Amino acid sequence: MLGGDPHPVKPAPFSYADPVSVEEALDVLAAEGEGAKVLAGGQSLIPLLSMRLAAPATLVDINRIPGLSGITAGPDGVRVGALVRHAELLASAEAAGVQPLLGRATANVAHPAIRNRGTTVGSIAHADPSGEMTAVLALTGGSVTVATPGGREAVGWGEFFLGPLETSVHGPAVVLDAFFPALPARSGTAFAEIARRKGDYAVCGAGVVVTLDADRRVSSARAAYLSVGLVPEVHDLTDAVIGQPVDSADWTAAGELARGLVDPDGDLHASADYRRLLVATLTARTLADAGAEALTRMEAA
Amino acid sequence: MTDMERTISVVVNGVPREATVPVRWLLSDALRHGFGLTGTHVGCEHGVCGSCTVLVDGQPTRSCLVLAVQMDGHEITTVEGLSRSDHQGGQVLHPIQEAFRECHALQCGFCTPGFLTTIAAGLDARDPSVEITDEEVDELVGGNLCRCTGYANIKKACRHAAATMREGAKVATPAPQDEEATR
Repeated sequence: MLGGDPHPVKPAPFSYADPVSVEEALDVLAAEGEGAKVLAGGQSLIPLLSMRLAAPATLVDINRIPGLSGITAGPDGVRVGALVRHAELLASAEAAGVQPLLGRATANVAHPAIRNRGTTVGSIAHADPSGEMTAVLALTGGSVTVATPGGREAVGWGEFFLGPLETSVHGPAVVLDAFFPALPARSGTAFAEIARRKGDYAVCGAGVVVTLDADRRVSSARAAYLSVGLVPEVHDLTDAVIGQPVDSADWTAAGELARGLVDPDGDLHASADYRRLLVATLTARTLADAGAEALTRMEAA
Repeated sequence: MTDMERTISVVVNGVPREATVPVRWLLSDALRHGFGLTGTHVGCEHGVCGSCTVLVDGQPTRSCLVLAVQMDGHEITTVEGLSRSDHQGGQVLHPIQEAFRECHALQCGFCTPGFLTTIAAGLDARDPSVEITDEEVDELVGGNLCRCTGYANIKKACRHAAATMREGAKVATPAPQDEEATR
């Protein structure tokens, strides 16, 4: 075909399967071995194929499997099925009501056309440390349900993310859903990122949760960052603001604390020092917003 | 159980079509090479520029970020399918296409198909009787790159098309006071 193919294509050759059940998908994955890769929304995987940074022998497309496309919001949290598109999660008032970080973070995921196709769970399974939803899973203390030929089990975020684009899931496995615990009482959240163009990969991003005690004093302040570490990391910044009244808390001090805790790398887009500066600034800014929201929610409750 | 080639059935711009495609073909490959619809332009081919955006079941989607084989059973609208028949042998352009001409929203035209499909879907999905805001316009065009016209005239065209559709909505539904008068 080389030289004679009138329509050259970019992805390396692969074979394709579109199973209609999780069991069938696991069978194909088991039969095809290490060279098989699960395809969901494909908004990260297909560029990798086109650039030939990935060349799986087989793609196992899970889009035709029924039962993977639901969002279930309950008092404990929000469960997001493997085929839920970012746009659907963004539009879900029920999900945002239980865990406001979901809507806030998803609004920052790429552009609408990408959000129409890309999946929340796929971006988590992709384990990109510059991904919004990996950070939110970590910050909320969430987990994923992984199906293997041996059965189904919940895997906590800390155990799931091993490195950039690397998870603890090996061998035949399909991530069926992600679970994001509900926002606790007397708490507020905020999410912000700096990107060259809205929707592009963030140079740096921060998601935060602030919780107050009954006297409107800060009892907890935690943050997770994007494009800062090799895996999503959650930092407890409570020490900088513990016991302070929420309307006069020293959020700048919490930002400075965060600046010392992170250890970002520099790259083409930003130096390590600039990323640390952004961590300090975004932390102070988002914590102030989250504190104000916690107060509003507390007064409304 | 796995295939290197598949036959797919899709509805492209309202016409049911069938094609046998290598499974590694992107939707953009199938549209351009399989169906001869070269209105869909391929720019960066990794999802950044937005030129290749088409509508899949009405939703703007990067045709370089889905495989053609995944489109089996789905409906695709390309820039060629945005206009409607006037039932007299001619075509009526979508308001955003008219607005692009009116507002000089293109120069080289490479990015134009992606802008037109994205904006058309966005305008069709919103309530036309509500005036469009600058924030809405920014969000509409924010995922597409243009390297020569710049964005001022493209955004102007969005507002122009939204205004045209608003006028159309006024004609289509009687104003509230008229309704009062007929009671």
